[in-house]
Amino acid sequence: MKTFTFYKHKLVIFTLTFVVASSNINAQETNSIFKRSKVDTTSAQLNMDATYNRPFLKLDKVPVAFGGYLEANSIYSSEDGVSDGLSFQARRLTLFMSATISKRIKFLSEIEFEDGGKEIAIEFAALDVILYPEFNFRGGIIMNPIGGFNQNHDGPKWEFVERPNMANQLLPATWSNAGFGIFGKTYKNNWIIGYEAYLTNGFDNNIINNEESKTFLPASKENGERFEESNSGHALFTGKIAFKNRKIGEIGFSYMNGVYNKYEEDGLVLDTKRKLSVYAVDFTTTIKKTNTYIVGEYAFISVDVPKTFTQQYGNKQQGFFVDIVQPVLKRKVLDWDNATLNLAVRFDYVDWNIGTFNETNTNIGDDLWAVTPAISFRPTSQTVFRLNYRYQWQRDILANAPANQASWLLGFSTYF
Amino acid sequence: MKTKRFYYIIAALSFILVIISCDKTLPNAPEENLLLDGPLEGLTHEQQLQFLKGDIAFNDDVFTVEKGLGPLFNANSCATCHAGDGKGHPFIGFTRFGQTDATGNNFLNQGAPQLQNKAIPGYAPEQLPAGATFSNLLAPAVTGLGFLDAVSDADLIALSDPNDINNDGISGVPHWNTIPEYAKAQLRPNTITNGGKHITRFGKKGAAYNLLQQTSEAYNQDMGITSVFEIIDTYSGLEIDPEVGTEQVNDVVFYLKTLKAPLRRDETNPDVIEGEKLFTEMKCASCHTPTLQTGPSTIEALSNKTFHPYTDLLLHDMGTLLDDNYTEGFALTSEWKTPALWGLGLSQDSQGGTYFLMHDGRAKSIEEAILLHGGEALQSKNKYEQLLESKKKQVLKFLESL
Repeated sequence: MKTFTFYKHKLVIFTLTFVVASSNINAQETNSIFKRSKVDTTSAQLNMDATYNRPFLKLDKVPVAFGGYLEANSIYSSEDGVSDGLSFQARRLTLFMSATISKRIKFLSEIEFEDGGKEIAIEFAALDVILYPEFNFRGGIIMNPIGGFNQNHDGPKWEFVERPNMANQLLPATWSNAGFGIFGKTYKNNWIIGYEAYLTNGFDNNIINNEESKTFLPASKENGERFEESNSGHALFTGKIAFKNRKIGEIGFSYMNGVYNKYEEDGLVLDTKRKLSVYAVDFTTTIKKTNTYIVGEYAFISVDVPKTFTQQYGNKQQGFFVDIVQPVLKRKVLDWDNATLNLAVRFDYVDWNIGTFNETNTNIGDDLWAVTPAISFRPTSQTVFRLNYRYQWQRDILANAPANQASWLLGFSTYF
Repeated sequence: MKTKRFYYIIAALSFILVIISCDKTLPNAPEENLLLDGPLEGLTHEQQLQFLKGDIAFNDDVFTVEKGLGPLFNANSCATCHAGDGKGHPFIGFTRFGQTDATGNNFLNQGAPQLQNKAIPGYAPEQLPAGATFSNLLAPAVTGLGFLDAVSDADLIALSDPNDINNDGISGVPHWNTIPEYAKAQLRPNTITNGGKHITRFGKKGAAYNLLQQTSEAYNQDMGITSVFEIIDTYSGLEIDPEVGTEQVNDVVFYLKTLKAPLRRDETNPDVIEGEKLFTEMKCASCHTPTLQTGPSTIEALSNKTFHPYTDLLLHDMGTLLDDNYTEGFALTSEWKTPALWGLGLSQDSQGGTYFLMHDGRAKSIEEAILLHGGEALQSKNKYEQLLESKKKQVLKFLESL
């Protein structure tokens, strides 16, 4: 991926500087010069708070905090009896830095290096102007609040090595853009209501013109120019409203809409305006009696694909994932006071092309199901070791018999 | 201390258990005879490497606007029409139009011979010109093509019977056709010419000489991709820069040549054996010739091999039901090249679980396909209709085993 190739050099220097600084921080941590900020685990947090609600390292009285996380794993997988053998993956190294510029102005940035630096992206770099709890301003490079995972995607928070298919194969997690908007929260008794609304740059023609041979929103992530201009000349609207009951859980409704194609250039009309809309519902809850944690998300996508284009690029898509996490052991293990052992399972479903063929009126395939049982061990809340077994059934567009793929994944993810 | 050791042991044992159990928890490969893809046996390492490159180009390379797709096209990759190297599906069918006899195509200046019925955004796809006759077509399976390519011209002539000298009502003819210059540069050994024409054998009308011509035309007409071999853009009618490299075209041609022949299933089943006998008795095998022989080939694994495609690669009059009043080259509109029947039983595996047979997919079962036969195959069809139901089932079971 060529995203931010221009900036790669500077980012590498920045990273080295950061790593050196971090190592100094770690060296001094024992001297209590630096302190790790605690993640707010109170019930006042929503998914929309995830970007700031991270374990930062902070020097006393210095208004800057650092943090990050690392994900790595081994994978052994096979599709229909053909295996590529055992591989090791350094999936991502993410660095974040926040600064309190003044009492009401904050800054946070998140830079992600994927696959050993093959992909480098500024996922978040935004200035927040805090006015009232109910009304605040954010601008810069923001993460569009579509669904829950896009904003709350840090690896150490999940019991699974792979990201949900719905989040990164249907929706383009992690999806961020240059733009501005407002956000806020209000509280009443057990209820918290939060909202976000942003106008940003958005998608481009690649969502229906890509080598996936399907309508594929993540294809727009390859367009680094979205941080400097809107491909269509129109803003992408993303809005979300979330409700949380402290005793029950959180549910969020989000919506994204905009023109995605370059229909006009130099005053010449090249095509008609083509829109896409995304509707998403996300939820999290914990069953108090069993301490079972459940998180899930559903998304429906509607894209205006030219009728004269190939049916491989569908105009309707949908998908969901559900994670069920059951802690089975929480006790002191070795030197870790609150080590937790979890059993978990994830269900993934994506249909990239809802509908039937014009010629035969038979169902269009291009869908995927997967189930992933998992064992995770958390020596502390910041670190997770994960053993996943994933079994996937994926059908081609003709709905031929599915390709069966199974994978063993063993890895870790940790904040640092 | 004991507790620590206990945890270490548990962790180590768990890890070992996972490693050991890996293979047992992974999906098994389907039986080899259920798959159409895969290389033929006996390729050298270098040939395996080129097969792999061709496999990627054929099955994974998707053309986008930036890579030259269109602007008018039918499909954006080879695999779109040949999923799993098998037969095509009606959703990706295509239409050829404009030629009714050997005098040529009268609609070449209106987009003929192929109707590119899809267009990239901003463009309008082609419309069928008024008055043009046409055939709707589905892509064929591409397995075993190297064997068919390596059959000598002399063998095809020997199989033909243009004047029906044996008086069996079947008179297969080779398709003597003109071929492009680039195909002439790769003539097969001992090729035979007749008044400047060559025997062509690929395509529904058998109008393409070799797999290079078939592949180059598919890139050009199906995907709107130009190459050094087919350099004219189908939209503008102008020569443009090649949009696919010569090496990639050659790799795809090599891939098609070295795809294995489909393997039989249930061939020892008594019903299958009896079905094949009936198939021969009904003279189906007079056109769907069970066994052919390759001649010399630069690919050793294809040289002088006996194989069982169930085709004679000749043109036959198939009667009015299958006559679309459209043709290519010098074939009559009612003439079609005998399609190879090998892999027939696996067709539905690449067609979404349903058979779409005959040139346009109109037959939804093997029996429907048989009943659409006419012309030179009329007698065979009639004999099939007169069979007892149990015998019909044996014939169908045999055909499904191919």
